[in-house]
Amino acid sequence: MPLLEIENLSVEFPSQNGMVRAVDGVNITLEKGEVLGIVGESGSGKSVGMLALMGLVPYPGRVRADKLLFEGRNLQTLSDRERCALTGKDVAMIFQEPTTSLNPSFTIGYQLAETLHVHEGMDRKAARRRVIELLEQVGIPAPESRLSAYPHQLSGGMNQRVMIAMAIACNPKLLIADEPTTALDVTIQAQILDLLLSLQRDRGMALILITHNMGVVSDTTERVAVMYAGQIMEQRPTQSLFASPQHPYTAALLAARPEAGDGGRLATIPGVVPGLHDRPPGCLFSPRCIHATPLAEKVRPDLRPWMDGLIRCHYPLGDPTRDERIAADGGGASILKRESVS
Amino acid sequence: MTALVTATDLRRGYEIKQGWFRPPAHLQAVGGVSFALEAGKTLAVVGESGCGKSTLARLVTLIEKPSAGTLMLDGVDAVNPPASAVKTLRRTVQIVFQNPYGSLNPRKRVGHILEEPLIINTRLSKQDRRAQALDMMAKVGLRPEQYGRYPHMFSGGQRQRIAIARALMLRPKLLVADEPVSALDMSVQAQVLNLLVDLQRELGLAYLFISHDLAVVRHIAEDVMIMYLGIVVEHGPKERIFARSLHPYTQALLDATPGLGRKRQRIVPKGELPSPLDPPKGCVFSTRCPYVTDLCRTQRPLLRPLDGRLVACHYAERFLEVQAA
Repeated sequence: MPLLEIENLSVEFPSQNGMVRAVDGVNITLEKGEVLGIVGESGSGKSVGMLALMGLVPYPGRVRADKLLFEGRNLQTLSDRERCALTGKDVAMIFQEPTTSLNPSFTIGYQLAETLHVHEGMDRKAARRRVIELLEQVGIPAPESRLSAYPHQLSGGMNQRVMIAMAIACNPKLLIADEPTTALDVTIQAQILDLLLSLQRDRGMALILITHNMGVVSDTTERVAVMYAGQIMEQRPTQSLFASPQHPYTAALLAARPEAGDGGRLATIPGVVPGLHDRPPGCLFSPRCIHATPLAEKVRPDLRPWMDGLIRCHYPLGDPTRDERIAADGGGASILKRESVS
Repeated sequence: MTALVTATDLRRGYEIKQGWFRPPAHLQAVGGVSFALEAGKTLAVVGESGCGKSTLARLVTLIEKPSAGTLMLDGVDAVNPPASAVKTLRRTVQIVFQNPYGSLNPRKRVGHILEEPLIINTRLSKQDRRAQALDMMAKVGLRPEQYGRYPHMFSGGQRQRIAIARALMLRPKLLVADEPVSALDMSVQAQVLNLLVDLQRELGLAYLFISHDLAVVRHIAEDVMIMYLGIVVEHGPKERIFARSLHPYTQALLDATPGLGRKRQRIVPKGELPSPLDPPKGCVFSTRCPYVTDLCRTQRPLLRPLDGRLVACHYAERFLEVQAA
């Protein structure tokens, strides 16, 4: 039984112009101890999807899924009390801005001990000992003297360590890290990523790393899901995804990295990510895709197995019959049309 | 060819009040930075938060005066400019800020945002201003019908285009770009970087490009200057520094930047940036350096030429030998 099974997850928010889909048909399966990366640009639904898993989507957001199982338990039918016992203990989450996600009016020692009181029923002394131990594990020097510090007295990197300590306090089976290093400097980022990976190895914890940085993904994860406008576009083992991307969006993203440039012009993706209201009827990437055909503009492709993973595209790049099929579907004309637009 | 910008031993310190009875502490934000930048070239300033790179940008854009040192802009002394040159001096250098959501006035239309520098600095007629604004919009890839729109109607990448257009309205010779792409999405980052490169070629602009992202820097810059705690630790041509970095801090930065394709033996520096109020006595990096010795802790290394670049490390020769072997 996989640790986490998500099938056809969607999150919708009502708006003036009807329901808006922030997450649309997301499938994720995660085994014990696995490291999964979720990459996407802002607005791609990567964070909201994980909030849905944690039961943290605020009203009036609506979460729907065919399957939302954690260790075989259905997360959709959990009572509030059961949900409370699960989150923070078996499933924990780290947020992007450490300084804003800690409570500024309590000491970090108090905030860390709170988790232990609630989930492990520890008394004050035991909790204090455990808190010191945790702070040591995440590499905070002189932990005893930091217990009475408030978040504003610590640096961003230190606060993120405190967040990590809080998240791993009850030995979670799954840790979701939502852009854990975006607000940090590169050398601190490297320290935090190393820390997360060593915790994951030592404890056999599964890790979902949400990020917009392709470099972070390639260095740390085993499998990647690439999200675009609320949908998973491609999901494959990290190495093969970087070696031979199959979705035109993934390929374009990889080519647009400054690392990939040879000093000349960078490859770009024309246009911008579609907003919540102007989603095209067909493939969501079709308005920006250089390979799009009339078929791709009308019919939204399904997420289907392809090579060593999943893909949502009519014409995967590694398909030998691809060119013929694009030509048969009248691909050439639409490219000309698009150039006159942009 | 004389350089467009020459900075010599530029310093900027601040007095920090520590309470009523304690003497104020002295914070050296920029401690002795020298560089020269020619027209049409790009100098990248790299470092982590608190290394003084943004203060340097403020000094070069004349937003702040240096506490010591000289700064020549286009042959004019910019620290104590002759009265006749003050106005033209401001026009030679412009800045683009990091966050395009914060740097554009939400209550002004794009057209007004672009024309404001002209209203203040020139006596052009309304029609001329409008023509110049539309001309500049075309240059940065904005459409004429967007002239009357407000900033909130644009995406992050487009806003950064507006910010760049605004900076170029007065035809500056030097553009200071303070982390211009780090707030943008991946697919948009490349568009803005390409735009910057195109504009540089077309207008012969010099860029002072401030960034913490070495991948972006390697793409766009000719020269790289790496700063730590207000001090330059390595400065030289990009090829030299990326092929063989001779300062342990540069090496650490390169190792820490994900996806640069470097093998990860990972010298991740220990700990965090020391407080700039109380910098280490010897080498500024000595508290975090994996190769630190007693010499490093007591004596601050000077910036000296070696292997075609400047480096401030007592043991730079050893790194050169090791990496050459």
